[in-house]
Amino acid sequence: MSVAPMRLEDRLPARSGALLWVIAAIGVAIVPHLFNQPVWVVLTTVLALAWRGGVHLGRLPMPSRWILVLLTILMTGLVLGRYGTLFGRDAGVALLVLMTGLKLLETRTYRDAMLVVFLGYFVIITNFFYSQEIPAALYMLVAVFATTAALVRLNAGEGVQPARESFGLAGLMLGQAVPVMIILFLLFPRLPGPLWGMPQDSTTGVTGLSDSMSPGSISELLQSDAPAFRVSFTDEPPAPAQRYWRGPVFAHFDGRTWRAGRETEIDALPLLPDTDGMVTYTLNLEPHERRWLLALDVPVAVPPDARMTEDHYLVADRPVRRLVQYSLASRTDLILEPELSEARRRQALSLPARAAPRAQALAQAWRAQHEEDDTLIQAALRHFNEEPFFYTLSPPRLERDPVDQFLFEARAGFCEHYASAFVVLMRAAGIPARVVTGYQGGEYNRLGNYLLVRQSDAHAWAEVWLEGRGWVRVDPTAAVAPERIEQGIRIALSGDLGAPDFIRRSLDWGMVRLQWELWRDSIDYYWSGWVLAFGPERQEELLERLGLGRLDWRGMITLMVVLIGAVVLVFAAVFLWRNRLPVADPLAVVYRRFCRRLARAGLTRAPHEPPMDFARRIARERPDLAEPVAAFTREYVALRYGAGPDPERFGQLRGLLRRINP
Amino acid sequence: MNKTLPDTAMAARIDAILAQLNTVIFGKPGPIRLALACLLARGHLLVEDLPGVGKTTLAHALARTLGLQFQRIQFTSDLLPADILGVSVFSTERKRFEFHPGPVFSQLVLADEINRTTPKSQSALLEAMEEQQVTIEGTTRRLPEPFFVIATQNPQEQIGTFPLPESQMDRFLMRIHLGYPDAAAERALLRGRDRRELVEELPAQVDAPALLALQRQVTQVHVSDALLDYLQAIVAHTRRPGVYRMGLSPRAVLALLRAAQAWALVDHRDHVLPEDIQAVLPPVAGHRLHLSESPGLAPEQVTRRLIEAVPVP
Repeated sequence: MSVAPMRLEDRLPARSGALLWVIAAIGVAIVPHLFNQPVWVVLTTVLALAWRGGVHLGRLPMPSRWILVLLTILMTGLVLGRYGTLFGRDAGVALLVLMTGLKLLETRTYRDAMLVVFLGYFVIITNFFYSQEIPAALYMLVAVFATTAALVRLNAGEGVQPARESFGLAGLMLGQAVPVMIILFLLFPRLPGPLWGMPQDSTTGVTGLSDSMSPGSISELLQSDAPAFRVSFTDEPPAPAQRYWRGPVFAHFDGRTWRAGRETEIDALPLLPDTDGMVTYTLNLEPHERRWLLALDVPVAVPPDARMTEDHYLVADRPVRRLVQYSLASRTDLILEPELSEARRRQALSLPARAAPRAQALAQAWRAQHEEDDTLIQAALRHFNEEPFFYTLSPPRLERDPVDQFLFEARAGFCEHYASAFVVLMRAAGIPARVVTGYQGGEYNRLGNYLLVRQSDAHAWAEVWLEGRGWVRVDPTAAVAPERIEQGIRIALSGDLGAPDFIRRSLDWGMVRLQWELWRDSIDYYWSGWVLAFGPERQEELLERLGLGRLDWRGMITLMVVLIGAVVLVFAAVFLWRNRLPVADPLAVVYRRFCRRLARAGLTRAPHEPPMDFARRIARERPDLAEPVAAFTREYVALRYGAGPDPERFGQLRGLLRRINP
Repeated sequence: MNKTLPDTAMAARIDAILAQLNTVIFGKPGPIRLALACLLARGHLLVEDLPGVGKTTLAHALARTLGLQFQRIQFTSDLLPADILGVSVFSTERKRFEFHPGPVFSQLVLADEINRTTPKSQSALLEAMEEQQVTIEGTTRRLPEPFFVIATQNPQEQIGTFPLPESQMDRFLMRIHLGYPDAAAERALLRGRDRRELVEELPAQVDAPALLALQRQVTQVHVSDALLDYLQAIVAHTRRPGVYRMGLSPRAVLALLRAAQAWALVDHRDHVLPEDIQAVLPPVAGHRLHLSESPGLAPEQVTRRLIEAVPVP
């Protein structure tokens, strides 16, 4: 059964040392999958790499065909068991990584090794399914470099190539690929939506506002430092207290959970330029898998592929699955819905009959005291302010009737508790009210001149409808913890969750850290704005700005091919220019002129014909020219091949050339 | 033409040598010139030709004209290294071993039909050629100065021969052919005196110090950058993958340059021209280059192609 172990490297002659490079490059390529894949996937592959390395060094035998078949079936089964499929992002990547390792275990020939290298490139690109951030991209660049070096190594000629040379050539090749990469990036036709549409995978791990609000639904967000969106303003940014970013509006309440109403589309609101309340800005929204778009309260313009709902928040046609950029205008001084229809008024007043009886009673008591809606609202806010209410991110659990329990027992909570309770109180008192969710605040990054809004800035507030004033924003959280609104959530929480200890210990160190975070986020901002958000819209915009108008995908591909062709031609020209015959010698230039002069008379010098032989041939073919040609050639030869140049004689040579007039 | 050799006496001496050789061997000025250039470049000469075309006469005439001691070794299949290098014999009179130098201890050695002896004897001679010395029984003995080997081999005979391997062919600076004389030369030969007698009467045109001075002068012949560009372009062309079985080695390049310098000197010039390279390329590179494809192509064709493939800068 067993055959004498074959000398594998016989079939990878001279280049066999390159196999270790290939193994190392594959190792580099699969490391990031430790974060994306079950550990056993990467570990098994690393073991396969080590085994092949051991074979190469003569310590281990090559696995037999049976073991390989068995391993392949086993690995496929494990992937199937883990994911239930062999397709899709996670299962596909797991299979690719495992099979790359197994392929190495049957790599005997040059052809096999080449195949593994190209599998390596494939493995590298799969990392982008998981992360498209700068560190990931940088690491991928290193991996591509390592793989290219292995490729160079594998294709080096006979003899040992110094490592520096392999790396140098790989670097040169990648450098030459940069213009092609830029052209492909700018012109490759984009599909709307993510290129790798794998819906069941892509929602995992993405955070954002939810499409309903119940106690505790926002608190998870408040712990997250991840950016939600970034805004750059055309003019001055609004004051911190004005930075309310409007998201979904909830009008339905079932006693515990708030939900949005129907997304009835309405026209965009009048723009009315040159008013003081007008703010224009560009917003880069991180993917959050929902359809709404965030906007400064209240948006008046609608970006393309989006709609304005009756409740005045923006909804995109498709879920936001990749970073999108849109330009917007908002007005802070707008009267929203001056006339409230009967149906909408009923909706804005509805409360489940048995919900929050104590709250309803309290509201009705207030109603009896206050005729005016205004004063009633003030009374409610005063209630929050003067009674012992606390702002905290870790409130006690609310069970049976969350509103009553919060208002009369726990009295501790954060924005969503206050907003929810306030709206219930208002409705019970007969004032139309609703909950608005979104973000409040943001950090201004002076380096990048933009406002960064994090998930932790998520917020919920209330709107009440008042006769003649439309929907008016009321933020009950401000009554309890005004610093939350004025200075941001980080300050508001500093006594509760607290900043990390070391910031408190050393303010200077904290400043350094803050500065670093500003830097890092500005880089992220440009990366996401210019690289990740470069979708079909921006591509169109760029082409139009370049004066190319609207190109369809055929036009783009044609342009792409033409440009890449031009790049190749430029590199070819540089290569030829560098390898051209040296013409720097002025003697050679004069001699060329001499040859051209004779060539016009039909006396062409063959490229390999040496000067004296040429002169003798001319003497035979054109005896009339023999004397001047011989004189010139003698002088030329003496100067070019004789000992030492002589400027004076160089002048004579030109004189001799003038005498030749065939 | 461009005769700028500083020492006119030297030029006259070279002309006298060539003239005298041409009186013995008719109609072969080219090969004679090459043979002299080869000697002046301190190289050894391989003459490949049919018997009876004047190989021995050439060698003998060269020895006489240049005033060199001459020994001929007829290579046969039973020749032993000791027959070439010499042997120590016990002297009963002096009661000790005495070294009897072999024919190799001569200034000009004609190794006739070198491919008919065994590789062992061949390498005895070839090592002596390379190192200019002979080591026998632990004692190293220097060969005379100048030392010049003309080896001949008959390419037609195949049975019972030991063709020189390529590595040993490399030891010869040049390989030349004499070929049949043309009709006029042959007529002169038929009318003329017996060659053997004639050769015996030839006077020496130079003495050993003058010959050594000529050899030194070869290395003084000027080589310009432009010429080196051309030389290196030729070499680079032979090293391109796929065309030749092997490119020219650095030793071959040096040989090419030295031969071109000697050729220029024989032409009374103090600098090397591309013409010189082209003139010595066939005898210098012909036995060192083989095309990967069409291996049967004659060496002259191979070097012709090489010359035509490389432009003169």
